[in-house]
Amino acid sequence: MKARIPGVVGGLRFRLVVGFALVAVVGVLGTGALTFREARVGVLQQSQDMVVDQFRDSVDAQIPAAGTPPQRDGLAAVVTDLATTHSSQHWRVLATYRDLRVTSQPGDSFPEVTAALRRSVDTRSVAVFQRVRSGSASALVVGLPVTYGYGTVAQSSSGLAFYLVVPQTAEQRYVSALVTAIERAAVPAVCLAVLLALLVARGVLRPVRALRGATRRMASGHLDTRLTVQGSDELADLSRTFNETAAALERSVTELRQMEAQARRFVADVSHELRTPLAAMSAVTEVLDDEVAHLERGTAEAVQLISGETGRLVTLVNDLMEISRFDAGAAELALDEIDLAESVRRSLAARGWQEQVGAELPQALRAVVDPRRLDVVVANLVGNALRHGAAPVTVTLTAYQEAGGEPWARLVVADSGPGIAPEALPHIFERFYKASSARTRSASSGLGLAITAENVALHGGRLRAENGPGGAVFTVELPCRPGGRNADDWDGADGVDDGEDAEDADGRGKAGAR
Amino acid sequence: MSDVLLIEDDPAVRQGVTWGLRHRGHRVTAAATGEEGLAALRSHRPDVAVLDLMLPGMTGLDVLKRIRDRDQLPIIIVTARGDDVDVVLGLETGADDYVIKPVQAGVLEARIRAVLRRFGPEAAVPAHLRPRSYGELTIDRAAYTVTRNGEPVPLGPSELRLLLALSAAPGQVLSRQQLLEQVWEHSYHGDVRLVDACVKRLRGKLGETSGGARYVETVRGFGYRFRAG
Repeated sequence: MKARIPGVVGGLRFRLVVGFALVAVVGVLGTGALTFREARVGVLQQSQDMVVDQFRDSVDAQIPAAGTPPQRDGLAAVVTDLATTHSSQHWRVLATYRDLRVTSQPGDSFPEVTAALRRSVDTRSVAVFQRVRSGSASALVVGLPVTYGYGTVAQSSSGLAFYLVVPQTAEQRYVSALVTAIERAAVPAVCLAVLLALLVARGVLRPVRALRGATRRMASGHLDTRLTVQGSDELADLSRTFNETAAALERSVTELRQMEAQARRFVADVSHELRTPLAAMSAVTEVLDDEVAHLERGTAEAVQLISGETGRLVTLVNDLMEISRFDAGAAELALDEIDLAESVRRSLAARGWQEQVGAELPQALRAVVDPRRLDVVVANLVGNALRHGAAPVTVTLTAYQEAGGEPWARLVVADSGPGIAPEALPHIFERFYKASSARTRSASSGLGLAITAENVALHGGRLRAENGPGGAVFTVELPCRPGGRNADDWDGADGVDDGEDAEDADGRGKAGAR
Repeated sequence: MSDVLLIEDDPAVRQGVTWGLRHRGHRVTAAATGEEGLAALRSHRPDVAVLDLMLPGMTGLDVLKRIRDRDQLPIIIVTARGDDVDVVLGLETGADDYVIKPVQAGVLEARIRAVLRRFGPEAAVPAHLRPRSYGELTIDRAAYTVTRNGEPVPLGPSELRLLLALSAAPGQVLSRQQLLEQVWEHSYHGDVRLVDACVKRLRGKLGETSGGARYVETVRGFGYRFRAG
């Protein structure tokens, strides 16, 4: 299982930060835009109303000075007076009466007062206003027709009209200050949102990370992994579910292991129980074999059968006991430093195989191994080659260096038979696996290669089977110094050299626990 | 032809082994319990004892200890499992060899002959018939006796044979496999615990229980060597 760490862009944290920032931006901008619009309208409306009212009141107060009918001088006095009274507001005033045009400042052409505005003032006889933009500056233009009559009495136009132009710089400043304020508010708001997003992400990610770690621990075999559940949100719920699943898994695995252990114990017990009757039987097989000559043919054959099968049964029970010791983890290495070449030679000689097997052995190859187990490995592999392969069978022993410079030994057992069927290769080291249905009966128990594999594994070595150019090839690779051991760890009965008591009073030494 | 004392509780195994050994020409006295076996030891004076370690009542180890307390006759123990702690305990207590159940009569007989040969004349090493002294130790290869400061050292057959094998070439290292073949007549791949347990016993009897090993020296990675005092 490959651990995949989410990328920066795809990660939950990044998505949360972006989301929060977007929400903040949209919120600030939306609120700002609405506020800006309302505030701007309000500010402009208010200043407009105020200007119109002031203008009307001032004109009302000054109009008698214009004379009836209005004279140029009178009008000039009125507009000058209006402009000076409101000089702080930069009023520019224009009075028109028929063809007469009087301005508060001489030579002012009043480009803001358009023909359309004048027409509107002439015809509607109410105050008319318009906002005019010229360049970046804007100004309010108010047109005020003067009418006669009071109260509800029908009013009639006098033909006299006043126009006022007021620059709106203050209002503009006010509005632009508003925009700046909104802009300034947006930056800290987004920053705050990002910060909050990081906090939230941390809160969410902590349980997620804990869950991820726990899942990995589970996957690596620690079935007792549990999470501490905090709070009652969905993540806590998930943690709780994880714990329940883990507990259920641990329960079933424990049950399975117990069942497996029981099955293994059963095999061990059965093998053990078979020993006593077999001990009695195998003690007398020689008696039977020697009596065969004196028996009639049918009986003799039956007796031979019993004798031969007793031997097979002994082999099978011994192999079963050996396998069950491996299964129980009770198999131990009795390490000794020996010459592997000598050991292989002795293994072949002990079984009378020197003539049948071509051995290519080095002069000397010293290694720390369990000699008995190595003998089992060589005997099983060569025996297998002789039984199932064809002559010539060769055994080759070489020393080589494993990556990292460790000295290893390689033992190759090759035969010249038909090789192993490809579909049988992956199962060749399984217990009771028969590579060919034709070979249902042979001298071996069907456990030989399985025991070989276990013995090689116990040494920390490797065993593989393949088909070479000539036939089946079995390769064993063993470390010459298993677990970094060297000759100094050789465990002879040398307690004395270590200053240890070699033997206690009643002769029961301490090596009993070996 | 020898007198064998068989101590085995299972009637069928007892019967089978008795038949098998008798068929090979041995005289067999069979006992079902340890007590019975110890009684038969006194009355029959057998040449060798074959003792099952798993006995009801008095255990095989106890019987072994009781025999060794007063007798140096060869003892072969029978065990159900070769890697049993009892095997090591049995060997350290003084058993000369062991066999694993189920055992064929031929194999058992070969072991019996091997342990009995340990009393016989040395063939593998040239005999120095004159007693030779190594420090406090005197070994008489003709009389099969070992004395330390004039006191006889009571050695079992395997211990004596091991000491003779080692002292035949003082200073020369013998591997455990070599000793196994020479003294026990086992194969090269036999159980070297036989050698280790016997070395331990021998050192104990030579008074090397604590301090340095004076006579039987361990050569790590190679084997054992006899040091002439």
